[in-house]
Amino acid sequence: MATHELVRKETPFAIEGVKLTKSFGDLVVLDEMNIQIRRGETMVIIGRSGVGKSVFLKLIEGILRPDSGDVIVDGVTINNLDEEVLNLVRKKVGMLFQGSALFDSLTVGENVGFALFEEKQLPRPQILEKVRDKLKLVGLSGIESLDPAELSGGMRKRVGLARAICNDPEIILYDEPTTGLDPITADSINDLIVRMKQKLNVTAVVVTHDMTSAYKVGDRIAMLYDGKIVGIGTPDEIKNSKDPVIHQFITGSAVGPITDKSRYLINSENHNSH
Amino acid sequence: MLQFSLRKKLYFFIYWLQEIGEKLFVILQETGGTFILLVDTIKSFLSTPLRWKETLNQMQKCGVKSFPLVFLTAIFTGMVLALQSAYQLKKFSALQFTADLVSLSITRELGPVLTAMVVAGRVGAGMTAELGTMKVTEQIDALKSLATDPVRYLVVPRVVACFFMLFILTVYADFIGIAGGYIVSIFKLGISSDQYINRLFIALFPKDVFTGLIKAFAFGLVVSIVGCFYGFRAKGGAEGVGLATTMSVVVSLITIIVLDTFFTAIFYFIG
Ligand SMILES: Nc1ncnc2c1ncn2[C@@H]1O[C@H](COP(=O)(O)OP(=O)(O)O)[C@@H](O)[C@H]1O
Ligand SMILES: [Mg+2]
Repeated sequence: MATHELVRKETPFAIEGVKLTKSFGDLVVLDEMNIQIRRGETMVIIGRSGVGKSVFLKLIEGILRPDSGDVIVDGVTINNLDEEVLNLVRKKVGMLFQGSALFDSLTVGENVGFALFEEKQLPRPQILEKVRDKLKLVGLSGIESLDPAELSGGMRKRVGLARAICNDPEIILYDEPTTGLDPITADSINDLIVRMKQKLNVTAVVVTHDMTSAYKVGDRIAMLYDGKIVGIGTPDEIKNSKDPVIHQFITGSAVGPITDKSRYLINSENHNSH
Repeated sequence: MLQFSLRKKLYFFIYWLQEIGEKLFVILQETGGTFILLVDTIKSFLSTPLRWKETLNQMQKCGVKSFPLVFLTAIFTGMVLALQSAYQLKKFSALQFTADLVSLSITRELGPVLTAMVVAGRVGAGMTAELGTMKVTEQIDALKSLATDPVRYLVVPRVVACFFMLFILTVYADFIGIAGGYIVSIFKLGISSDQYINRLFIALFPKDVFTGLIKAFAFGLVVSIVGCFYGFRAKGGAEGVGLATTMSVVVSLITIIVLDTFFTAIFYFIG
């Protein structure tokens, strides 16, 4: 049942997932997944496309609710909060979406300052100044009046990030921040993620299947496979992991325990056995 | 052999029942979902301040820009009505009653229904396409992540705008439709201008106009809520948005026709 109170308990973790289960129809995406993310660390979650990485981030934002299990953000169990109370928690969490998800009916400036304009707490000039500051922080300036459609992929990500950090969240969620970008732009986004952590002292969850990015930005890396976290550790530990699933993923090999489940694929083992 | 084919038939029958069951389930689910959205919208409208700028913007988009289309629909409908009525009335040498038939049909029935259908095709479809695109590009999720309620931000202004604009458009369609009948009566049927206008005042009771306008309010809700509901349900990219748009228009049209019958029956029996 929906709860109207914000009950907060002290915890060293910024985010905890306890036995998280989420399915869509017959498809079980997360299956009793457990994870604990410490305050101030950057946790990278790796895994194949469709494994449920975005779903996990949306559970943290309260956009989706788990079928069972608990999502605990900053000591508050959010899975049965009603929307109004949930919004208080959401203000502590900023999210950069996979496709940036900029509002295309608004200008860049209105996008970045969206939460502040909606809140109506600050006077307009102050919001505009904040928008300018945040855009500067992500390495952009003077583009407030442009439409999102006029921006390149890398710029859209930066604007999306500026929007996510506009009301100074304690936690930033990045959904595939480097996917679809050229290697140079991707690296500048990686730098940006590292800089956010240094400057804003935030907890970050980065979801990606780009290993270069994972090693560069992560304090710890966790691998999501088959609805569960199958391995977690520092980048070095992950690199040297003996776990066949992790090893196969980080080396990007088609041969190993991870197989395509699609019934349209012919079993390839018969072909490359020699 | 016989048993085998019997079993096959049985399987087929069960499969067929299952299909029907699933379809019914979807229909129930969508009807329920639409009602929940309606309740949420009313709750949000009553408990939070309206976004005036966006509402006016939507009125402009869905209302003002529909005037030309409503004009064309209404004027031709009025003309056709006059011609068709005259064709029958001539047999009874009762041509002067053309005005009665035109004005009653337009205000009670065709004004609200045709206007609602035009708006469903133009505005309802537009709403679904816009919100559907926002849904599949995660903009709706982004709204939530920025602590903004999509119902308050997107649905309420559209519903309020559509509610009032459909009413205004219907009043407009009533006038234009009657004017269409007037043009045909004067120039083609040889009814005098005084005669037509006199008959109008005798035939039309305020009740006739009101029942039509009550329908208009209901249709405004239907078109906008259904439009928004299917937009929010869109998934899977451009194809999904197209599918949602088709569904939205089909459901709007059917609901308009069913509701219209329902209202007409009620008004008929309560006098
Ligand atoms: N809202 C939804 N409705 C139905 N299925 C969904 C929904 N969101 C995600 N899924 C499904 O859940 C699975 C995991 O999706 P996602 O988390 O987006 O994967 P990824 O790890 O690539 O981000 C996919 O198979 C996807 O089709
Ligand atoms: Mg994803």
